Amino acid sequence: MLRYFLSRLAAAIPTLFLIVTATFFLMRAAPGGPFDQDQALPPEIYANLQRAYGLDRPVWQQYGRYLNNLLHGDFGPSFRYKDFTVTELIAQGFPVTLELGVIAMLLALCIGIPLGVFAALNHNGGLDHLTMVLAVSGIAVPSFVLLPFLGLVFGVHLHWLPVAGWEDGAARYLVLPVIALSLPPLAYIARLTRGSMLEVLAMDYIRTARAKGVPLRQLIMRHALKPALIPVASFLVPAVAAVMTGSLVVESIAGLPGIGRYLVQGALNRDYTLVLGMVILYSTLLIGMGLAVDLLYAWLDPRLRTA
Amino acid sequence: MESYSAAWRRFRENRAAVLACLIVAAVVLLALVGPLVNPNHGDALDWQAVAVAPTRLHAHWFGTDRLGRDLFVRTLEGTQVSLLVGLIATLMSLVFGISYGAVAGFAGGRTDNVMMRIIEIVSGLPLVFFVIVVGVLFGRGPVLLFVSIGAVSWLTTARIVRGQTLSIVRQPYIEAAIAAGAPPSRIIYRHVIPNLLGPVVVYATLSIPQIMLFESFLSFLGLGIQEPNASLGTLVSQGVGDMEAASWILLVPGSLLALLLVALNIFGDGLRDALDVKEA
Repeated sequence: MLRYFLSRLAAAIPTLFLIVTATFFLMRAAPGGPFDQDQALPPEIYANLQRAYGLDRPVWQQYGRYLNNLLHGDFGPSFRYKDFTVTELIAQGFPVTLELGVIAMLLALCIGIPLGVFAALNHNGGLDHLTMVLAVSGIAVPSFVLLPFLGLVFGVHLHWLPVAGWEDGAARYLVLPVIALSLPPLAYIARLTRGSMLEVLAMDYIRTARAKGVPLRQLIMRHALKPALIPVASFLVPAVAAVMTGSLVVESIAGLPGIGRYLVQGALNRDYTLVLGMVILYSTLLIGMGLAVDLLYAWLDPRLRTA
Repeated sequence: MESYSAAWRRFRENRAAVLACLIVAAVVLLALVGPLVNPNHGDALDWQAVAVAPTRLHAHWFGTDRLGRDLFVRTLEGTQVSLLVGLIATLMSLVFGISYGAVAGFAGGRTDNVMMRIIEIVSGLPLVFFVIVVGVLFGRGPVLLFVSIGAVSWLTTARIVRGQTLSIVRQPYIEAAIAAGAPPSRIIYRHVIPNLLGPVVVYATLSIPQIMLFESFLSFLGLGIQEPNASLGTLVSQGVGDMEAASWILLVPGSLLALLLVALNIFGDGLRDALDVKEA
């Protein structure tokens, strides 16, 4: 297991390198540049700008310089947000995106797992059906439909919560975005937990434990829950990816000052360094999540520890 | 696979799935016929009736948008586009995924290992971000939309197909075909692929709503279907802008998209339960 984990860790670095390289050359291959505007700049100014940002050099030299800077922890200056480095831009917005994403993920896990467990215990009962209805709607309805609908009901009509805005992170501005963002993974986690819990509850060792008279609470917590969570663990990486992509639209609808806007805006503006920085950040988060899940498997499934 | 009549019976007994199937059929029919029978055109601008609420004017059943376009016709045309994109992109992911998965499962051994390892690495990448960046950089035509959605969604198909192929390859009739000297390409196309169609059809039904969701997400970001055409995602994103003053511009396409996706999901689930297919 440790060897497997280390090999995955070692594979992460070339993977990241490939992602950076692919994105770098994709951006350069696209038509247009960061200083192209509707009204063309005077040629001297344009040439000066190109020179100042090193864009007048051959692409492979720019690539080498970028990699070199990257190794020194320097993501470079943004091409469009004048006087800002990419690191500064991301450092400003990332806490907002992170807060939103972490709360949404925690909510999805803390409600989804118990919901799935209770639904499985209540198999074919009212709670079970209710959970499945919720699960299907949560999986099917996109967050960019859900959030405006919630905004219409709770913001425009009932005036309980603000439709959009931030105001230094007051909690009530986060409620609707967090709900919209967490519902799809929550629904999926509830459904996965319910399915695997039903399978585990049908196993021989559970029947034995029941026959011995182990109380239900202990049966679930000590015997059934851990193996039933293995499918949920393998869903964590796609779930984090879904929350990240969902965050792109949720932040823009709710007007939150996160980093979501930088990906699309950055690519539109040909802000090469900003887009690269975003892609590196997202990839690192996803790959890191994948590694964490590998460790989680070992905790959930003792058979994997020796393998 | 056991007889289809037993599966059909199980499906009919699942009331939610039958209802969902009827809803899907009704929405498809409405999307195809509705724009034909309504006198309004989806791209005709009615300057006498800009952003009019539903039921205010009999001429526009669901009201009009900011440019005075009829929302009933526009939403149904958007539904057509969304369904069409969902179908074509699903087909693309099936063609990719079936070929790749069948070859990997049939070849087995080291080839299989390498091919599955590639899938594992690719699925670990933030593909959606790539699709967004590529979409912004290289224009936003429908072809690029199909290719990028297909590129993201073929991975799961390939995995399922490979698992099915592994179990099919162990069957005696494959051994017989090998013994009879049939070349691998013939075995794959004549014997393996026809036998894995059942699970694949189920998976395809389940992936149509996912792909439609992804398309509407891209269209919402402005990377999908472009004006004057619109998919449901495009319409929702326009509706969000006018949400507080003219909520129907959001509610009409938003509710239809939600209804369609929920119904497609329940229908696919019912089909899977009826045919008793395990997801890989």
